[in-house]
Amino acid sequence: MTEQDQLPFSEETTDNGDKEVYHLRLFVTGASPNSSRAITNIKEICETHLHGNYELEIIDIYQQPLIAESEQIIALPLLIKKAPGMERRMIGDMSNTNKVLRGLGLNNE
Amino acid sequence: MLPKTPTGITGLDEITAGGLPKGRPTLICGEAGCGKTLMSLEFIIRGATEFNEPGVFMAFEEKTEELAMNVSSLGFDLLKLQAEGKVKLDHVHIDRSEIEETGEYDLEGLFIRLGYAIDSIGAKRVVLDTLENLFSGLSDTAILRAELRRLFNFLKEKGVTAIITGEKGDGSSLTRQGLEEYVSDCVILLDHRVINQISTRRLRVVKYRGSQHGTNEYPFLIDEEGISVLPVTSLKLEKQVSSERVPSGIPALDEMLGGKGFFKGSSVLVSGTAGTGKTSIAAYFANETCNAGKKCLYFAFEESPMQIVRNMKSIGVDLQKHMDKGVLKFYASRPTLYGLEMHLVSMYKLIHKFKPDAVVLDPITNLITVGSVSEVKSMLVRLIDFLQEIQITVMFTALSLNTIVSEQTDEGVSSLVDAWLLVRDIEHNGERNRGMYIMKSRGMKHSNQVREFIITDKGLDLVDVYLGPEGVLTGSAREAQKLKEKTGVALRDFAVSRKDKEVMRKRRMLEAKISNLQAEFESTEEELNKIYMEEELKLQIVEKNREDMTNMRKGTNDENKIRSKK
Repeated sequence: MTEQDQLPFSEETTDNGDKEVYHLRLFVTGASPNSSRAITNIKEICETHLHGNYELEIIDIYQQPLIAESEQIIALPLLIKKAPGMERRMIGDMSNTNKVLRGLGLNNE
Repeated sequence: MLPKTPTGITGLDEITAGGLPKGRPTLICGEAGCGKTLMSLEFIIRGATEFNEPGVFMAFEEKTEELAMNVSSLGFDLLKLQAEGKVKLDHVHIDRSEIEETGEYDLEGLFIRLGYAIDSIGAKRVVLDTLENLFSGLSDTAILRAELRRLFNFLKEKGVTAIITGEKGDGSSLTRQGLEEYVSDCVILLDHRVINQISTRRLRVVKYRGSQHGTNEYPFLIDEEGISVLPVTSLKLEKQVSSERVPSGIPALDEMLGGKGFFKGSSVLVSGTAGTGKTSIAAYFANETCNAGKKCLYFAFEESPMQIVRNMKSIGVDLQKHMDKGVLKFYASRPTLYGLEMHLVSMYKLIHKFKPDAVVLDPITNLITVGSVSEVKSMLVRLIDFLQEIQITVMFTALSLNTIVSEQTDEGVSSLVDAWLLVRDIEHNGERNRGMYIMKSRGMKHSNQVREFIITDKGLDLVDVYLGPEGVLTGSAREAQKLKEKTGVALRDFAVSRKDKEVMRKRRMLEAKISNLQAEFESTEEELNKIYMEEELKLQIVEKNREDMTNMRKGTNDENKIRSKK
């Protein structure tokens, strides 16, 4: 309940004064086309919407296969929003900007 | 020959002639709750414990703890196996509500996960339990289908023997998502049906490319030792046979069976109407087996062991001592306790555990209550088959319900058995007696005679029935006839002795007469002799006188004196 309460609150705060830092993790598989596209897309989105207010960690699953099990990874590329608010998972090459923004809780259109 | 991976599941390897195709994926499909997960899990566990082949179990439905809990009731310790590095459990969690699809993706994560799991323990076996759950978690079916195709290729490249489970779809399709089109090597369909309130699980190998396999529906069971599939019949009739004989326990019956008894490993049916002593015959057989130092397993479907022991004591058979010695084991259960298949499996298991030399089923008729005639027959076929394979002699008793003893028992097993003894009531003269005859006995000379079967305090015996001018006589009629004969003999004896005496008397009379005559003859002879002697004497004297006279004429005094003296 508390998390759900936080979600609208966090959205408001980002609108007002970017109080909370976005912790993002992007899991990719080497330099596959999907992965490359995902990296480019998410970087662009972050720069546009979360300028200076985010931490993006890019993890290559090929290098750390153990993470796949611990993070329940099936489909790739995968973006996990650890904070703020509830954890959200987004899969795909992040080409659908609207969906990414909705996932990040930035969809205020 | 296609290389195969044995599953270790009882019976399944027989049906598939060795197991699942090695290094290829197999699809197991069926409705919810028909045992897909358990079967695939057992495949992994048996592989790890019996064939030294580590396995990966990827669960899309249940959590690893739940899985471990589920199979712990079957005596498998999954978590321990996992700790030993023989099994790797991986729970895949997908929830559509948690995932936003933002563009093109693939299932590389799954591949990496699976590949890592396989490599980390050197797995030879892989199970993907309800892969179709991916379809509920992810919406882009086009991507999923392409990825599934890639997945099966990936599994083949890895060289693992894989099982993919899938839920049965509507209509004729085997799975909801048409997984069968990806898995073309081996498809096994599981089914769970309830007929007459008794549920039976069945298994069918729908296809098995490049291998022969049993095509029938085979019942299977899930019990405390896992899954057991029961091949209806072994695919071949190539059993070893023995010409060794085992006695029946009733010497007179052995006599009817060519003097030696049954063949070892043969099946014997004892049928008859109620109260004809079928159980007694069975108990005698069990007793004899135990007396010979062999083991006997007695399945009782009607009476409790204690009841049988008590009843048999009354005819002089002490089964208790064999039970104490451990050579006789009773297994009593109500037929309605569970379905036929369960009965069969429990029998299989007990037989495997106890390793008896003889098995008694008393009576098989009661099994009808839990199955149709054809089901009972098919079950008995399998049982006989199984017993013959391991050379166990089996005796069934069956109740004939109709009074007219037909040529066919109700279970229709008479054609299957090697020997068939029929005990029947012979009603005559206001009493019922038991008659026994041998309907058939394969491979041996046997008596064609009806014998009277008597049960006394001392035990069972067979006696020749009386065949007289009045027909077949049994019981008291036979005894009466015997008495009658005895009387006849006595009377004749008496008559003979009287005649003998008369002859003796006559002889004595005759002898007396002879001696009389002889005496008469002697006296006559004496008389004659006397006359004859006198005559002789006279003649002598006359002669003498004449001499004397002559002498006198010569003038001799002396001679005169003598003559005067005379």
